[in-house]
Amino acid sequence: MTYLDHAATTPVLPEVVAAMSQAMLLTGNASSLHSSGRAARRRVEESRETIAAALGARPSEVLFTSGGTESDNLAVAGIFRARLAADPQRRRIIAPALEHHAVLDVIDFLVETEGAEVSWLELDDFGRVHADTLAAAIAENPADVALVTVMWANNEVGTVNPIRELAAVARGHGIPFHTDAVQALGQLPLDFGASGVDAMTVTGHKVGGPTGNGVLLLRRDIAVVPLLQGGGQERGVRSGTLDVAGIVGLAVAIGDAVTHRAERAAELAALRDELIEAIAAIVPDVVLSGDPGQSLVDGGPSRLPGNAHLRFPGCEGDSLLMLLDANGIECSTGSACTAGVARPSHVLLAMGMDEQDARGALRFSFGHTSTAQDVSAVAEAIGPVVDRARKAALAGARRR
Amino acid sequence: MGWAFAGRALVRSVLVRVLAAMSGGVDSAVAAALAVDAGHDVVGVHMALSRNPGTLRTGSRGCCTVEDAFDARRVCDLLGIPYYVWDLSDDFIEDVVADFLSEYSAGRTPNPCLRCNEKIKFAALLDRAIALGFDAVATGHHVRLQNGILHRSVDKAKDQSYVLAVLRADQLAHSMFPLGEMTKQQVRAEATRRGFAVAAKPDSYDICFIPDGDTHGYLVDKLGARTGSVVDSESGAVLGEHDGAFAFTIGQRKGLKLERPAADGRPRYVLGIEPVSGTVTVGPASGLDVRMITAERVVFSSGEPPQFPLRTVAQLRAHGGIVSGSADLVDGRIRLTLDEPVRAVAPGQTVVLYDATDTYVIGAGTIVRAA
Repeated sequence: MTYLDHAATTPVLPEVVAAMSQAMLLTGNASSLHSSGRAARRRVEESRETIAAALGARPSEVLFTSGGTESDNLAVAGIFRARLAADPQRRRIIAPALEHHAVLDVIDFLVETEGAEVSWLELDDFGRVHADTLAAAIAENPADVALVTVMWANNEVGTVNPIRELAAVARGHGIPFHTDAVQALGQLPLDFGASGVDAMTVTGHKVGGPTGNGVLLLRRDIAVVPLLQGGGQERGVRSGTLDVAGIVGLAVAIGDAVTHRAERAAELAALRDELIEAIAAIVPDVVLSGDPGQSLVDGGPSRLPGNAHLRFPGCEGDSLLMLLDANGIECSTGSACTAGVARPSHVLLAMGMDEQDARGALRFSFGHTSTAQDVSAVAEAIGPVVDRARKAALAGARRR
Repeated sequence: MGWAFAGRALVRSVLVRVLAAMSGGVDSAVAAALAVDAGHDVVGVHMALSRNPGTLRTGSRGCCTVEDAFDARRVCDLLGIPYYVWDLSDDFIEDVVADFLSEYSAGRTPNPCLRCNEKIKFAALLDRAIALGFDAVATGHHVRLQNGILHRSVDKAKDQSYVLAVLRADQLAHSMFPLGEMTKQQVRAEATRRGFAVAAKPDSYDICFIPDGDTHGYLVDKLGARTGSVVDSESGAVLGEHDGAFAFTIGQRKGLKLERPAADGRPRYVLGIEPVSGTVTVGPASGLDVRMITAERVVFSSGEPPQFPLRTVAQLRAHGGIVSGSADLVDGRIRLTLDEPVRAVAPGQTVVLYDATDTYVIGAGTIVRAA
């Protein structure tokens, strides 16, 4: 099996399985006052410290959540509600339209039900937000902005945003800035404190950790209205009994991802470039979407090292996916799913691509288990697969 | 006890790559299972026919909702076969929904399920399947395919040869109907035996793109009310006004809202609908009697017209409407003379000709004239 869908989820690290298995055998609610409770609390707090140290945050800035979606929801809705409650004119959310649905759909919800307004940030052809674009959007009326949210790196096309510059623009106006850094973790240098952001989403399962465990890093001076009401865990911002074993696994995974980031990122980038080159040699008209990855953003790579998002003109992405799946190669069309229906990606459309162009997209994403054999497996299969998918698309076109 | 159907039902003895079209209903689930049992290399595909599947219908109805897609996926899990959703909504909107509206708009009565078989399942889906390396498409239709000829299902009540009779020989050559030897009851029992959650799922009867089953309301919404006059077929006199032509069907008696009874006191029926002017013609029951039917866009399942004239059993609608008669082929059109008159035949309906023993399909055509 050739697994090239690490951006969807990654194989769990053996160390994570070991740490979680051990933790699951231990009893204890981290909120209990007896010995078992204290022991559980200790495991949680040690994990919190590990994560904080790995991400350049203070332990008190680490909030455990159920994952990326919850962290994004908590940041966007929670900060919006708190800012609006403090000043009724702050209704505007500023974001690019290629955010993950965990951000986009919350914004839509707030617009439909809570009177939010939204300014969609213009993107360049790579899908990048520029600081002057954000500055102009804020300048329309700095007083009515509730928050800005811009993802650190895009999950589909892999383009990295200049988060430090963007956060500085927001901070200049005293506007909270959130970033979804789910895809950046383990691939780009992340330093919460140095980045200047006020809130940052990460999750465990993209770096060999367990699903269902994520973090929202949140500065202490940023007010949020909680999504969940209950026992008041996590500074009262996120109620619910802490998943001790999951948190232990999450800390092991994040620690590993950050410790090995530099050498792993270099390996992933090399594999990615080999794959793109190998495919281009067989399918000359293939197009790489997003940033070409040959420049620097804030001193780091301009494209996610593990991401190869390719468009195959004249093909349907879901035909390619099915044919590759039949050849034991697993990747993604990278587009949103409704009952498994592949629609043209909102990310590609937000980047100004037309629907037809967007349909022939495939995302190969590398991670900690990827090898050169994965690249050769794709290189071997891709020619006949693309030929066949083109015939299928032509068969469809002839009917019209 | 297992069924012995699989070997007999499948038309091929060679093992092939089969795309099982999975609606999410019980029939297509069992059809896919039988194709797997027969040793074929099977992949399940659910067709997404709407951009917004959640809004098309609520609940699980046998096709076209998100729940139906999930039901199909669960069956594929149990069968251990891959499962994909293919978006055919563009084709569906163009070839089925738009055709449905333009046919009604022109005063004809189309059958969208038949059009879906002709243009989507055994065209858009089949063409793509063949191009992607499949040999055949298998569906859960109740029909038997023997030597390229469609035969009625052993379950006469559930037989679906009518809605497949528009398929050409080249389409049938790549089709597989594993359920033709089974009754519906046997299909459900087989689904139960295999632990399919869809075993007791109700059959779908209505038009999948009309969520609430209100065809009249849908047509008014899409095409406008088309108000007009109710006119006497014999005198030409205007008997009243109506709220919309789409509320009427040929042969309808109730709801005409006529103020005065006919001169002879006999009931009046809708004899004709003119959608552009909105004129609805009414007259005596005798005006509904049809003895002679002309149909065009003729398709012969075998690929070749048989020897005409011939004796036939003709079916005029999906459920019922079976009459015997003699058929001839004149200038590429079917001319069908019925032994006994039938009532209420509308242009746009499909007539399917079966052999004189009502066992297998000879051909089909779209009715253009009924007199």
